[in-house]
Amino acid sequence: MNEMLSTLEETALSDYKYGFVTNIEADSAPKGLNEDIVRFISAKKNEPEWMLEWRLKAYRHWLKMVEPQWANLKYPPIDFQDIIYYSAPKTKANPKSLDEIDPELKKTFDKLGISLEEQKRLTGVAVDAVIDSVSIGTSFKEQLAELGIIFCSMSEAIREHPELVRKYLGSVVPMTDNYFSALNSAVFSDGSFCFIPSGVRCPMELSTYFRINAENTGQFERTLIVAEDNSYVSYLEGCTAPMRDENQLHAAVVELVALSHAEIKYSTVQNWYPGDKEGKGGIYNFVTKRGICAGEHAKISWTQVETGSAITWKYPSVILKGDHSIGEFYSVAVTNNHQQADTGTKMQHLGKNTKSRIVSKGISAGFSNNSYRGLVHIGKTAKNARNHSQCDSLLLGDKCGAHTFPYIEVKNNDSVVEHEATTSKIGEDQIFYCNQRGLDTETAVALIINGFAKEVMNQLPMEFAVEAQKLLAISLEGSVG
Amino acid sequence: MLSIQNLHAGIEEREILNGINLEIKAGEVHAIMGPNGSGKSTLASVLAGRDGYNVTQGTADFAGKNFLDLSPEDRAREGLFLAFQYPVEIPGVSTTNFIKTAVNETRKYHGQEPLDAVGFLKLMKEKMKMLHIDQSLLSRSLNEGFSGGEKKRNEIFQMIMLQPKLAILDETDSGLDIDALRIVAHGVNQFRSKDNGVLVVTHYQRLLDYIVPDFVHVLYNGRIVKSGTKELALELEEKGYDFIKNQVNEPETV
Ligand SMILES: Nc1ncnc2c1ncn2[C@@H]1O[C@H](COP(=O)(O)OP(=O)(O)OP(=O)(O)O)[C@@H](O)[C@H]1O
Ligand SMILES: [Mg+2]
Repeated sequence: MNEMLSTLEETALSDYKYGFVTNIEADSAPKGLNEDIVRFISAKKNEPEWMLEWRLKAYRHWLKMVEPQWANLKYPPIDFQDIIYYSAPKTKANPKSLDEIDPELKKTFDKLGISLEEQKRLTGVAVDAVIDSVSIGTSFKEQLAELGIIFCSMSEAIREHPELVRKYLGSVVPMTDNYFSALNSAVFSDGSFCFIPSGVRCPMELSTYFRINAENTGQFERTLIVAEDNSYVSYLEGCTAPMRDENQLHAAVVELVALSHAEIKYSTVQNWYPGDKEGKGGIYNFVTKRGICAGEHAKISWTQVETGSAITWKYPSVILKGDHSIGEFYSVAVTNNHQQADTGTKMQHLGKNTKSRIVSKGISAGFSNNSYRGLVHIGKTAKNARNHSQCDSLLLGDKCGAHTFPYIEVKNNDSVVEHEATTSKIGEDQIFYCNQRGLDTETAVALIINGFAKEVMNQLPMEFAVEAQKLLAISLEGSVG
Repeated sequence: MLSIQNLHAGIEEREILNGINLEIKAGEVHAIMGPNGSGKSTLASVLAGRDGYNVTQGTADFAGKNFLDLSPEDRAREGLFLAFQYPVEIPGVSTTNFIKTAVNETRKYHGQEPLDAVGFLKLMKEKMKMLHIDQSLLSRSLNEGFSGGEKKRNEIFQMIMLQPKLAILDETDSGLDIDALRIVAHGVNQFRSKDNGVLVVTHYQRLLDYIVPDFVHVLYNGRIVKSGTKELALELEEKGYDFIKNQVNEPETV
């Protein structure tokens, strides 16, 4: 066992397959943040006046706020003046079709395994590709439009569908919500906008692929999904970034609105560059994700597989406003080497007979720290609400940490909240058993990890489940010798 | 196929095996008996290559190779199978998936193509009948919530699926009801052939009524102190271990 532990620190860096850089000229804002930068971004995107005003308001509010300190994370202060807030590959703006996309960028996405060609038709996935601060193309737009579905970049939505954007942007995560959401509201770059009209079941997976490429650049994406009455959509986001010694900031905001009897399934496979094995470099991932079940019987389900980033600060939440609405949170968070994750969810029950379910699986290896932080709030009006939370931690080795911070607030008498938590280690006896059946230790660990995370992995859309399983194994490669 | 000479091994500073000599030829079934704590499971662990056991002296050759130099997974792939006294649970990993992975890792080692889902299920269906194992058990997480008897039966099922050259069964009979004992013994007897060997660790003569051994050895204080044929097991059953202990403690009477 000791031999096994001694190799814990040795995780091969080469495991991060996505660490390459695309050499393409970029059109960037100067470093630093002030009102002029906010104006610059808004102008670059040809935004209407109201949008600029909104951004400036957020910026002025942000100036008055302080960075939150309550998370179980340690990192040096972020110098917000040392970041570039806008960077776009210098290429034809707004390509009319995917054929007009710069071949160099297409190659980048091919290398990442994301095909922008509509040959993806076979797998039934529509993709919006975002590199640094801009979307470079969205597939299947026309086919989706025939059903009345809008799937485009946020920048385009602001120009083409201002009435929808004005109605919903900031309606779930107000610009003043927290430090990072205020920052995002001021400088957000691009992201996806999805609108599913009443009664429509979106026939394919919608997905956005986020890629940070430029150096010293922050990514501030903004995604908004609105599902009208009786509609359904399943959406997936994936993220990668080059390997760099400097930390890069990623502060996204995602808002989901599900009206009555609508269902939104939102899946994330987060694989931002985690830093090297000494803890140098990597993405600081500060993300605000929240959905509202605005109508009766609405359902929002978050599924996340978090393997990347040096720091993860992320709490996808659901406001259960409509009676009988359902909120779900399924999470696998893997930390290795010096990675730190503080992640969880908030389930805010307001409506009657609302239900929520939380399944969190934390896997820690190396010198990493992995915390689950969750709040289940059952309001006075949420008669007969139900919550079930299951938080399991798995430790590989004895230099890593797993922590659970569950908060429960119940303001009425006829609701039921259940919380279960376990912490376990991969046993030397489990690994030996696998070895004795002809599995090497790496295969054994991958098998045990995927077994541990199965309940969450089962929630992922089929097309991505296999990839995600491999990703789990790769992130922990070398962590048990 | 297995040749153990003067094997000394232990944990940390403590020596548990004090010079084991044992020769198993293809086609033979050997039984090892001996009081609790005498080192039977330790011998099985050392042969299978469990981490934490130090071999201080002696050799163990298997199929012509020095076994002690191989990793545990390579020993398994070379054809050593250990049915554990206490099989472990692996939550979330279906028994079927586990066995399929094991079968295909071994095939890969021998340069064979992996079995596809159809081929594997066909093979599995065949063997399930032999051990009266139900599909529903194999769909469940490996050993999780299995009864003691189900775990043991699952071990023998894996042995049948993997077709090893040498199978060590560590107290596979304990925890089995009378019917299960017969079924498991039947499985082992089906497995027996002129090409493979079996080493049965047991406390009870009862099992040896079903799996008739060619040789019986008594392990005491980390050493094989007596070897004989199946009659030795009957003698032990009748007299207990005391007569062996007395013989060992008074060497002049040996
Ligand atoms: N991990 C360990 N650490 C310390 N001592 C050990 C360890 N494993 C086994 N031993 C000791 O070695 C001796 C032999 O144990 P072993 O399990 O091989 O006995 P056994 O013959 O299989 O007994 P049983 O019939 O009860 O299964 C015992 O005294 C036991 O306590
Ligand atoms: Mg034993």
